[in-house]
Amino acid sequence: MAQVATTAETESKQFIDYQTHPDHYRHWQLAFDGPIATLKMDVNEDAGLKPGYKLKLNSYDLGVDIELYDALQRIRFEHPEVRSVVLTSSKDRIFCSGANIFMLGKSTHPWKVNFCKFTNETRNGIEDSSEYSGLKFIAACNGTTAGGGYELALACDHIILIDDRSSAVSLPEVPLLGVLPGTGGLTRVTDKRKVRHDLADIFCTLTEGVRADRAKQWRLIDESAKRHEFDEVVKQRALAMGASSNRPENAVGVEMTPLRRTIDEAGYHYEYVDVVISPSARTATLTVSAPQELPADDLDAILAAGMSWWPLQMARELDDAILMLRTNNLDVGTWILKTQGDASRVLAADASLLRHQDHWFVREVIGMLRRTLARLDVSSRTLFALIEPGSCFVGTLLELALAADRSYMLALAEGEAAEGEAEAPKIALSELNFGVYPMVNKLARITARFYGEEEPIAAAQAVIGQPLSPDAALELGLITMAPDDIDWDDEIRIAIEERASLSPDALTGLEANLRFGAQETMETRIFGRLSAWQNWIFIRPNAVGEAGALKVFGTGSKANFDWGRV
Amino acid sequence: MSINYSEKIPNNVDLASDRTLQRALERWQPEFINWWGDMGPEGSNSFDVYLRTAISVDPKGWAHFDYVRMPDYRWGIFLNPAEAERKVNFGAHKGEAAWQEVPGEYRSNLRRLIVTQGDTEPASVEQQRYLGLTCPSLYDLRNLFQVNVEEGRHLWAMVYLLHRYFGRDGREEGDALLERRSGDPDNPRILGAFNEKTPDWLSFYMFTYFTDRDGKFQLCALAESGFDPLARTCRFMLTEEAHHMFVGESGVGRVIQRTCEVMRQNKVEDPEQVRALGVIDLPTIQRYLNFHFSVTMDLFGADVSSNAATFYTTGLKGRYEETKLGDDHLLNSNTYPVLQVQGEKLVTVYEPELNALNERLRDDYIKDSIGGVERWNKIIDKQGIPFRLTVPHKAFNRRIGPLSESRINPLGEVVSDSEWQARQDEWLPSAADRAYVASLMGRVTTPGQFANWVAPPPRGINNQPVDFEYVRFN
Repeated sequence: MAQVATTAETESKQFIDYQTHPDHYRHWQLAFDGPIATLKMDVNEDAGLKPGYKLKLNSYDLGVDIELYDALQRIRFEHPEVRSVVLTSSKDRIFCSGANIFMLGKSTHPWKVNFCKFTNETRNGIEDSSEYSGLKFIAACNGTTAGGGYELALACDHIILIDDRSSAVSLPEVPLLGVLPGTGGLTRVTDKRKVRHDLADIFCTLTEGVRADRAKQWRLIDESAKRHEFDEVVKQRALAMGASSNRPENAVGVEMTPLRRTIDEAGYHYEYVDVVISPSARTATLTVSAPQELPADDLDAILAAGMSWWPLQMARELDDAILMLRTNNLDVGTWILKTQGDASRVLAADASLLRHQDHWFVREVIGMLRRTLARLDVSSRTLFALIEPGSCFVGTLLELALAADRSYMLALAEGEAAEGEAEAPKIALSELNFGVYPMVNKLARITARFYGEEEPIAAAQAVIGQPLSPDAALELGLITMAPDDIDWDDEIRIAIEERASLSPDALTGLEANLRFGAQETMETRIFGRLSAWQNWIFIRPNAVGEAGALKVFGTGSKANFDWGRV
Repeated sequence: MSINYSEKIPNNVDLASDRTLQRALERWQPEFINWWGDMGPEGSNSFDVYLRTAISVDPKGWAHFDYVRMPDYRWGIFLNPAEAERKVNFGAHKGEAAWQEVPGEYRSNLRRLIVTQGDTEPASVEQQRYLGLTCPSLYDLRNLFQVNVEEGRHLWAMVYLLHRYFGRDGREEGDALLERRSGDPDNPRILGAFNEKTPDWLSFYMFTYFTDRDGKFQLCALAESGFDPLARTCRFMLTEEAHHMFVGESGVGRVIQRTCEVMRQNKVEDPEQVRALGVIDLPTIQRYLNFHFSVTMDLFGADVSSNAATFYTTGLKGRYEETKLGDDHLLNSNTYPVLQVQGEKLVTVYEPELNALNERLRDDYIKDSIGGVERWNKIIDKQGIPFRLTVPHKAFNRRIGPLSESRINPLGEVVSDSEWQARQDEWLPSAADRAYVASLMGRVTTPGQFANWVAPPPRGINNQPVDFEYVRFN
């Protein structure tokens, strides 16, 4: 290695896989002690996902976060006895120093954006489990907690910082790197922790951060503890916070078996989800299938089915497919969403989910569906749903159509199908469409679709369970268009071709603006305001030009700014 | 209450008319005295000690000798006289006028440099606080106390910079310097080596020779700083640091001298027989040397460091003797050799020079420290004993940086973990070595008398005789 810090962007054509297992972790230690799970960050600096950087000082890249995501899933499904999760580090005097800067400096823009989106989703997932699953998260910051390290702590319910007169929490992105604390940091400091804006202004421009006393005073942390008492304070806090959890005490977890997946030239193939990629059209067709038979309904059978219970297996497959497409198929800009199979079985599964929603496992399955659908919402791809004969856009699967930017439903006249011809497709609503799967704006897709207006929502509610014809669906505003069979092929082909010809950047902006409606939440502010500003900064010369702050970090060279304010 | 500042706190920074500084020091000074009482040399507060006090920066003023009780020591604030029209001499600001105030852009990094340097000063006082109870002579006890008060003064020097130039933030950092404690698991000192114990006088001599020499090189690099007050402060501190290294070099030399005399007189060479005569055998001295040298290697920081590069480019911390070096002082194009373990071997790789500044300072240090070791060998040679002390390879026993992941012996060979476990007692002081050295430690307080394991010095302090009463116990 005669020269380091080359400026060339190294984006090797490397295939990224999100599936892993604790036996293969290189960066985390996951341990269980009764109701407490402890996740210790122990980053192996030589095990970065890509060449060209070392993950020093517990800094992370996508590979570290993929393991974190896997660990959280295992806590959710395999360890129902866990009521609180302690996030800490195995390194002395360092909790986590955030995303690896050399990795960011060497990454392409799309890689940075995709990486940040996934880490954002994982942190949102922590908050999601705190809100819905009775899991409380404690950040046990046993040393320096900087940048993305503090952002990870911010995603937890409770932050404990070691008080050793040295360790500090900090968001040094602005002064050090010329970018934002963009993995939710800036937003959570205000929206979640309610740090006054002027104090936040100081905090976010202070390279060295803030030590325990003032961090407490400014609400940046909840609690501090001396080194000798730190572990005990953390443990007691974890026990106390877990005490009110409604997770079961003696339940047996469900092992997260590996997904069965085939990857070939055509795409990604799972049992209930199939992805076919057309490289020339730059489209991916995602087809979600209903179960082959009626899914298990009573709890014992559901638990016995475990990972292969249809709603869960389908959600895991869809989640993986979304991640694979987002990471490995950047130029596939249009996702065509389809379903196929017996709608009654999907509705039966919905009924089971609803009936057992208070059981820990079913609750986790609903959570998995909720987060997966939310992941779909924030994906920067055009989503078109095609509702065709043989499809099953009902209940939970109707959410796919509701999440889409447009939905097209084939109009066939009622009862006219000759023998051997397809029946007109039907859609149907279930109870689950009315609040169980909120988007990141905390609204059900139906509610967001109608801007909270009572009349159309009530009209939709009135037909729960009924098969809806294209006309009825159009009337209720649940679909975009219903071309008939004569127009269908051209209509769809042109719509997709036209869409694929538009500027991908403009489409990303357009879709993100239109999908979420008027209501803002912390999450929408993170995915919208914060990410948009961050992504703008990420392409500006002041960050990534030859003398940009992010590029020159660590080389000893000084950043050279264009002082013009934009 | 009016205080005669220049009497109480000797200074050349116009303290009497600087209200900012007065306000800060009025609060900090009592805290410092409390700290000295708690953490300074154990049981020493009533002693009258023959100490040197700096009362001005001219050659006569900085070596003023008299008896003083240490809590009454006049810790002063001195900067070397300003150099007219001094420039920033390296990095991106090369050629611009040196900064007389902290540039806002570099506040954070400058603060960090000053705090890290400042933290080592009280730390070493804390590490050495029990040594007085086992002093080998009054002469040595006085030297220990001299080192201690001067470390205290160096703390003052750094606190002056924090108070004068860094506002509220600087005052808080000044307080924190007194709140951290060497070896305290709750509030440890910043650098690992300064949380280790200095358990015996051989360790003390080694520490002052090797570890204080790190201080010298850090101060030399900071004395090149474009932030002029820091540069001037460090220049003056260097005059005092020289004494600490003298205590170390002469101390180890006297231990060697005594050992060799006893070996020659009794015609013994076997370490066990040497020990039976109550002196420290040469292999043990070598192991202590190995330990302190390697611990000090770590103080220079990671071999490849982006922080060091940033400090240089921004003009905050230069190289050793920066202005005497004949290059472009920008270092954008050259490389510098750094060691790496590849497979089972230590190999040299070339890193951008800017990122290798820690390694360069480490190499400068090694050249400097070898000199004293050679002088120790001359003492051994003079007694006709066939033994040579050597400094270990710089990759030996590292705890920081990539080299810390491999086991490397004193010759610079990568060895297996099992070989390391089997042989580390040949290379580093074992528990038995330390116990033996500790067993020799006793308290000698009769003027002119010395413990059996150390030779008297050739001459006393400030032309006083060796049997002068350097410390009065009252």
